[in-house]
Amino acid sequence: MKAGFVGFWRNAYVSLASIFVLMVALFVIGATMFLNQLLTVSLDALQSKVDINVYFVPSAPDDEIERIRNAVAALPDVELVQYTTREEALQQYRERRQGDEISLQALEELDENPLGGNLSIQAKETSQYENIARFLDEQRAAAEPQTPVIDVINYDQNRDSIDTLTGVINATEKASFTVMAILLIASILITFNTIRLAIYTSREEIAIMRLVGASNMFIRGPFMLQGIMYGFIAGLLALLAFYPLLIWLGPRTELFFELNLFTYYVQNFGSIFGILVGIGVALGLVSSTLAVARYLRT
Amino acid sequence: MIYFDNVSKLYPDGRAAALQEVTFQVAPKEFVSIVGHSGAGKTTLLKMIIAEDKPSVGQVFYESLDIHRIPRGKLPSFRRKIGTVFQDFKLLPHKTAFENVAFAMEANGRTDAEIAENVPQALSLVDLDDKAWNFPHELSGGEKQRVAIARAIVNQPDIIIADEPTGNLDPIATYEVVQILRKINDLGTTVIMTTHNKGVIDEIERRVITMDDGRIVRDDATGKYVL
Repeated sequence: MKAGFVGFWRNAYVSLASIFVLMVALFVIGATMFLNQLLTVSLDALQSKVDINVYFVPSAPDDEIERIRNAVAALPDVELVQYTTREEALQQYRERRQGDEISLQALEELDENPLGGNLSIQAKETSQYENIARFLDEQRAAAEPQTPVIDVINYDQNRDSIDTLTGVINATEKASFTVMAILLIASILITFNTIRLAIYTSREEIAIMRLVGASNMFIRGPFMLQGIMYGFIAGLLALLAFYPLLIWLGPRTELFFELNLFTYYVQNFGSIFGILVGIGVALGLVSSTLAVARYLRT
Repeated sequence: MIYFDNVSKLYPDGRAAALQEVTFQVAPKEFVSIVGHSGAGKTTLLKMIIAEDKPSVGQVFYESLDIHRIPRGKLPSFRRKIGTVFQDFKLLPHKTAFENVAFAMEANGRTDAEIAENVPQALSLVDLDDKAWNFPHELSGGEKQRVAIARAIVNQPDIIIADEPTGNLDPIATYEVVQILRKINDLGTTVIMTTHNKGVIDEIERRVITMDDGRIVRDDATGKYVL
């Protein structure tokens, strides 16, 4: 135990280098984590803006609308169905055209509300809109030609943008996963090498320990402790480095992505702390154990 | 106590063998010197006793134990029975003389109380009571070697193995180190030492094994240095 701490101080320069490399590695991992979070949140936000609208004819009977609404809501792919009645549609129209006297006057000229109700449907995944649209088409085709219920389904108009978005989302997720994996592997290799160098300077000491009959665990212990300390300190430093960065970045990410990273950092501090320090400690421990094992053979 | 049974060490590339058909034994409390030119196989022989090197043919026994059949996990406890001293001292540079000796005890899992009692005794045996808190770079070659001897004996091993212990020392330091080794031997510990030094051999007047080209060419009970 003591030997671990003493080794830490006596090799201050080497320790510093190892901690620094580990910190950079953890910083990269943390940054990828934040980026991923940012992507997820903004993609979710984008996704929730995509929907299919079903416009009913004004004369559509209420029970028929109700039937379609329930049928759609019962589909497994559907996340949310919002019904806007004829009256609400008229109200919304009036609000939108506030100040537009001509349109409002034209509306007054009519005895009857010219607008039909509509359904706004959101799918769980963007790729599922295709199925929902097909279902709605079947509903429209099934109605009596003389008394149509559904006027317009706007999926076909939205189709291109929905397809593009689905593609973008999938590609982004794949790309960010690949980048994260590469960065993770690179940082593990660099950390491993640095700690191996740090232990290389102690190989004489390890040889002497073996000669005086020290058990492998006795030799390994201080180095393992040292590795854990490197990881712990590097984790703390990486967390600390994120703090000012995110204070600066937070409001900016809020503008673009609707997520304030700084708030996210503060709210999830516990788990971010756990992940970064945990990965750091695990990396330090594994690297130093493997590095010492090299000198314990025979 | 130590028994070499027809031991040979060959290198895979077919160069000359380091040891050829070496057979001898060492009895408890003996003081054995092994002499020979560089490359005669002296160091290889010692390495086999501490299981740092393996014979290609033959066996090496410690009492009834085949040294090279000891499982890896048991090697540390086997090595604790043997104290080692080297030409280049092999002290830990960041530890004081006291800490270097204490370290061998810590590695054996001794308590702090035992360490506080035994380390000063060992240092006193090698006449270094007053240098206990000096670091290796503050000590002369002879003093460093005496620290190494104190480290080797502090766990009360059955055997001391000394590989050219006087190789880097001036005549006076050499004399002191040899006196200490004799004293340890008189106290009942077996000593196996390799050396080039004719004066050392002639002074000890104990058993001398002469090696040449990996073979034992002479084995004299109270030998002189003859090459």
